[in-house]
Amino acid sequence: MIAGTSYAEVMSRRQDIMKSAVGIDYEKFRTGAIAFDYEAMMDEVGYTLEEIHAIQEETNVGRTPLVELRNITGLVRRISDPGKGARIFAKDESANPSGSFKDRRASVSVCYAKAKGYPGVIAATSGNYGAAVASQAAKRGLQCIIVQETYDSRGLGQPEIIEKGRACEAYGAEVHQLTVGPELFYVFLRLLEETGFFNASLYTPFSVAGIETLGYEVGAETLRATGRYPDAVIVTHAGGGNVTGTARGLRKAGSRHAEVIAASVDLSGLHMASDTDFNRKSFTTGHTGFGIPFATWPDRADVPRNAARPLRYMDRYVTVTQGEVFYVTEMLAKLEGMERGPAGNTSLAAAIAIAREMERGQVVVVQETEYTGAGKHPYAQLSFAREMGIEVRRGDPGDNVPGKRIVIPEHPSQIRARELSLPDIRKSYIRNALAHAAGQTLSEEDIRFLAKDTNSSVGFVEATIHELTRAI
Amino acid sequence: MGVNREMGMMNDERGGQRANAQSESWYAGVGDHGPARTGDYVEIHSVILSPGERAPQVPEDTQKVPLELRVKGFLDRDACLGDEVTITTVLGRKVAGRLLAVNPAYPHNFGKPVPELLHVGEELWRLLGARGGGGDETS
Repeated sequence: MIAGTSYAEVMSRRQDIMKSAVGIDYEKFRTGAIAFDYEAMMDEVGYTLEEIHAIQEETNVGRTPLVELRNITGLVRRISDPGKGARIFAKDESANPSGSFKDRRASVSVCYAKAKGYPGVIAATSGNYGAAVASQAAKRGLQCIIVQETYDSRGLGQPEIIEKGRACEAYGAEVHQLTVGPELFYVFLRLLEETGFFNASLYTPFSVAGIETLGYEVGAETLRATGRYPDAVIVTHAGGGNVTGTARGLRKAGSRHAEVIAASVDLSGLHMASDTDFNRKSFTTGHTGFGIPFATWPDRADVPRNAARPLRYMDRYVTVTQGEVFYVTEMLAKLEGMERGPAGNTSLAAAIAIAREMERGQVVVVQETEYTGAGKHPYAQLSFAREMGIEVRRGDPGDNVPGKRIVIPEHPSQIRARELSLPDIRKSYIRNALAHAAGQTLSEEDIRFLAKDTNSSVGFVEATIHELTRAI
Repeated sequence: MGVNREMGMMNDERGGQRANAQSESWYAGVGDHGPARTGDYVEIHSVILSPGERAPQVPEDTQKVPLELRVKGFLDRDACLGDEVTITTVLGRKVAGRLLAVNPAYPHNFGKPVPELLHVGEELWRLLGARGGGGDETS
């Protein structure tokens, strides 16, 4: 029964393996060389918001507190121009069963797997998603395997990832821990084939739809707490599901004008598949190593068409440095009495800089927090960084160098949210689309799709294509 | 109990010595530990892809090292560290590999206090007008 198991052989079977493991016929949504009917896919295969609310209620997911950060708001006003300093709220997603917003995604994926009769679920993730899937699998009585990228070739494991593996084991999952490399996907495919389990992918319509309740709650609860919809919502961005689901949910709550601001930790210069670089970063996700690739070409995931399409929804994309996030994690604990994991504070760091630009009467919402503990705590992360030869010091965050130096700010006014150019990101996306079209002529439908997918216009797309093809 | 290969974390008592890149040295102390028993909770190790078999797109440093796997489960038969064994995982599945550690401890912890963070709370409260005083800034 077992066909060839070499890397090349298994990878050549990936389409078939994925088809059985996800149960979606993506081809039927195709409408052009690169275009597909995204909304139809989300409607037909995803659940409605009401259905997701019901699913999440069954497993105690969601309806997390919206917390006003009064002391941090006060601090920001101290360092802002008169009349500036928006109210800062945080959606305390650490209150979910396994400690992060990932429970919202996992709850829907696992429910779907159970409904379709799969005996178990598999997820390939080094992040909080694994624990979320394991926790939801326990609740629904399904088996669970988590595949993690954990170690470098010396057997050193990032403390945060070790903790996440531990959490998966705590919930009863079988955990496979690999050394660094994209061949994790090959191991994952082999396990899917061997077990017949469901691929609880982060990138299916149901997984992304699971986050819509988060966006909906942010919109509705902010309105109730302040009398207005949020003026800005800051969303940590890596694979794009967070931005996509939050934006869609906000709109469904009637919040049409909230600026959706994606935020990532800047890890530029580090190669994500490098054995040397692997343990020289202090953040496993929510960083530019995923954020930029997924913004400029979302269809690089395990499924043929990604339900997470962040460029479609982001109004701005900013980065923060590792040092700023550690500083803000300390700020949250000392000023608000909330001890939360650093990765979940990426957006809070951005919010502090952004709130300074906004009016006092406005409201900015930080869309998530995550749990903390051994391995995740800044002391654990920075102790490990030091052991890896990273310099840690106080100073100007502008001196942060990913993989070499972590600089903790000396004053909150030094925190900055550095703007990435959306027009440039859109151009990169269109360049990638042309490459994937591989010489096929783009139809009007393809152009309209690109305009929607880049949140731009047909004019912009056509001008960009003209510019790119002329340059060849 | 016995040699529990640390997972390369902080506070290394041996002054930062680490296993070299060879998988073999992960079995340090092979033989100076008695047999692990059937049913013991253990961790096993295997090589999935050797150097030279890696995916074409991986960078050079990763090309030179193997893709390795670790899994935990219950030992099917008495064995010594370094032996080829099979385990039964928590899902009841069988996985084969070399015995790496018995009842492996979690090595991660809260780390050491970081001097660069120790004063942040006090600095921020001073900016806000210290605890126990000052008005409400947030209305």
